[in-house]
Amino acid sequence: MAINRRDFFKLAAAGTTTLAVGSAAADDIPPTDCSEYYGVLVDTVVCIGCRKCELACDQEHTKSGRRPESFDDKSVFDRHRRPDKDAFTVLNRFEDPDNPSKKYTMKVQCMHCNEPACVSACIVGALRKTSTGPVVYDAWKCIGCRYCMVACPFQIPAYEYDNALDPRVRKCTFCFERITEDHELPACVAICPNEALTFGTRQQLLDIAHYRIKSNPGVYVDHVYGETEAGGTSWLYLAPVDFKHTELPVLKADVIPSLTETIQHGIFKSFLPPIALYGLLGLVMHATRERDAAPSDAEVPHE
Amino acid sequence: MNNHERPHPIHTRFFTRGTIVLTVLAALGALAYVYRLIAGLQATTNLNDQYPWGIWIAIDVATGVALAAGGFTTAALADIFHKERYHVIVRPALLTAMLGYTFVVIGLLADLGRYYNVWHPMLPSMWQGDSVLFEVGICVMIYLTVLYIEFLPIVAERFKGQVNLPGPLRHLNGLIESFLSVADRTLGRFISVFIIAGVVLSCLHQSSLGTLMLIAPTKIHPLWYTSISPLLFLLSAIAVGFPMVIFESLLASKSFKLKPETPVLSSLARYVPVLLGVYLAIKLVDLTNRDAWPYLWEGSVQSVMWMIEIGGGIVLPIILLLQEKVRRSVTGLLTAATLVIVLGVALNRINVFLVAYTPLYPTGPYFPSVFEIMVTVGLISALVLVYRFLVMHLPIIAGEKVPTYTLPIEVRRTPSNLEQVQ
Repeated sequence: MAINRRDFFKLAAAGTTTLAVGSAAADDIPPTDCSEYYGVLVDTVVCIGCRKCELACDQEHTKSGRRPESFDDKSVFDRHRRPDKDAFTVLNRFEDPDNPSKKYTMKVQCMHCNEPACVSACIVGALRKTSTGPVVYDAWKCIGCRYCMVACPFQIPAYEYDNALDPRVRKCTFCFERITEDHELPACVAICPNEALTFGTRQQLLDIAHYRIKSNPGVYVDHVYGETEAGGTSWLYLAPVDFKHTELPVLKADVIPSLTETIQHGIFKSFLPPIALYGLLGLVMHATRERDAAPSDAEVPHE
Repeated sequence: MNNHERPHPIHTRFFTRGTIVLTVLAALGALAYVYRLIAGLQATTNLNDQYPWGIWIAIDVATGVALAAGGFTTAALADIFHKERYHVIVRPALLTAMLGYTFVVIGLLADLGRYYNVWHPMLPSMWQGDSVLFEVGICVMIYLTVLYIEFLPIVAERFKGQVNLPGPLRHLNGLIESFLSVADRTLGRFISVFIIAGVVLSCLHQSSLGTLMLIAPTKIHPLWYTSISPLLFLLSAIAVGFPMVIFESLLASKSFKLKPETPVLSSLARYVPVLLGVYLAIKLVDLTNRDAWPYLWEGSVQSVMWMIEIGGGIVLPIILLLQEKVRRSVTGLLTAATLVIVLGVALNRINVFLVAYTPLYPTGPYFPSVFEIMVTVGLISALVLVYRFLVMHLPIIAGEKVPTYTLPIEVRRTPSNLEQVQ
């Protein structure tokens, strides 16, 4: 990228309250080394589909009012579900296309991308990539434009359309406060009875994932989903089948917002292009002024 | 220019059969709008987690901004390139842009979940320089201000020295009077600063609108997903600017029974096939560069819509407007040709924001709800009504009443003769 976020803020803030913006921006700069971000490894081979993670998340965040027993109901696997405003995470069940009797379940939630498209899209910085990895949301700033939902390559952010006056964007928070302030595990990881979910830094998890693939020949496909997808994600997945048979989208390693940010920062590089255009038009206006001097036109002011 | 061609308020009845229909539509739209603000998005729209954006973004905002482009293209032609003959259409185009953007903002407010926070992007502490939407928002906000400043001299011209508010408002008379007089004296000197700023700001946000959907590479159909989308949006906005001005001018002449500005409009129409042609050429070269032609034959809704957009909205009007007969036929063909372009660019915006957008986990297609349609139709109707009202009370249009009998062209064009006739 031609110009980084910090520089843009400095430019944009020139002449205004530079200090406040500068410090706020500096605080948000992610570490250059994504390997130190917190992450979770989801091992779909180990997952038994007990839905305890859904229960824990409901109690921690959405408090939807569903009875705890309702999370024991396995018939929900008969249909495909997506996270929504009342459920930041859901499990779906898939079949191995080569062996339909072999089924496995897969947890879905916000992937907490290294380079989140939602954060890049957000007009007011209501979505923010924290320095430890979680992507968090501040409803107080949000104007409700829902551009984050357009941008997300995993189609995760949900919206409280039914809330007339105070609607919020809803998605997994990675239990941000639990893990950074209380130094606890995310609620779903803490409750998982089969250790299908492993919490750690991204680098630790990648090491574990590749070790599991190598030491269990034939069990896993040789692919850690999230290692490179969309520039890498904090949540990583292991699966027994090719990921194209799961609901995780096939994504290249390209960072999703790189094109828009390159265009955007190209147009605004040191504000040179707009200033140059202004100057050029000014010159044209001046150069063609002679024709303007015709006496019949002088009486009408130009608007 | 002579006195007869100076802009002046148009004296006519406000209510006709057409405006009564528009008033009803605007009133229904207003009801739907208020209901939306109170009852929320779920109760009034078909938007969902799959389709976060609907027609309020695609039509009210994206199309509205494109169709208001006549403001900056006309200002560039007449005031920056000093093509004097086009001054007669600068004021109507400026009014269109000012109202267009005002209604874009009103339409946007309906779509925003937290509309009361719409001012947040103005706070430096919430500036988000990576966001294309931030750039669009800030540019539109500043440009709207510039448009109001550019419009101020017209208000001053009409009311300076005769501000006479009734009742308790009369205490404001002195204040408004001095404001208008200061504006009139100072703005004239600095107006070129704002005119150029308006053109620059327009170029910035018109193109940035084309960048918006590029953040969703896996959701946008390859026929429209291209890194030169900002350039295409800018070029199509420039191409639709004059047709929109021509179409409106012809419509206004008909509605107010004024003599259409035939020579000016026909001459302006000459630019249009060139601008559209450049846009089409770049679009086709881009399609070739990206090896995207095969998507045209896939028989999907998207491929059909692309062909309608290009064939109907670009190729057809180019062919029409290349013929002098069409350019000079004011009553029918020119109106039709410019309307086709306007609809073509509207279709392009709808295609980019709605048709090209495919959710990853679709549960069903999006189709706007009755309330969404009512609000959109209501906003368009209200815009036309406000336009009519302002044209009736401010010096915008420089038209002469159509004589009830026909005179030879040369005679009619001579003001002294016209005075005798009147």
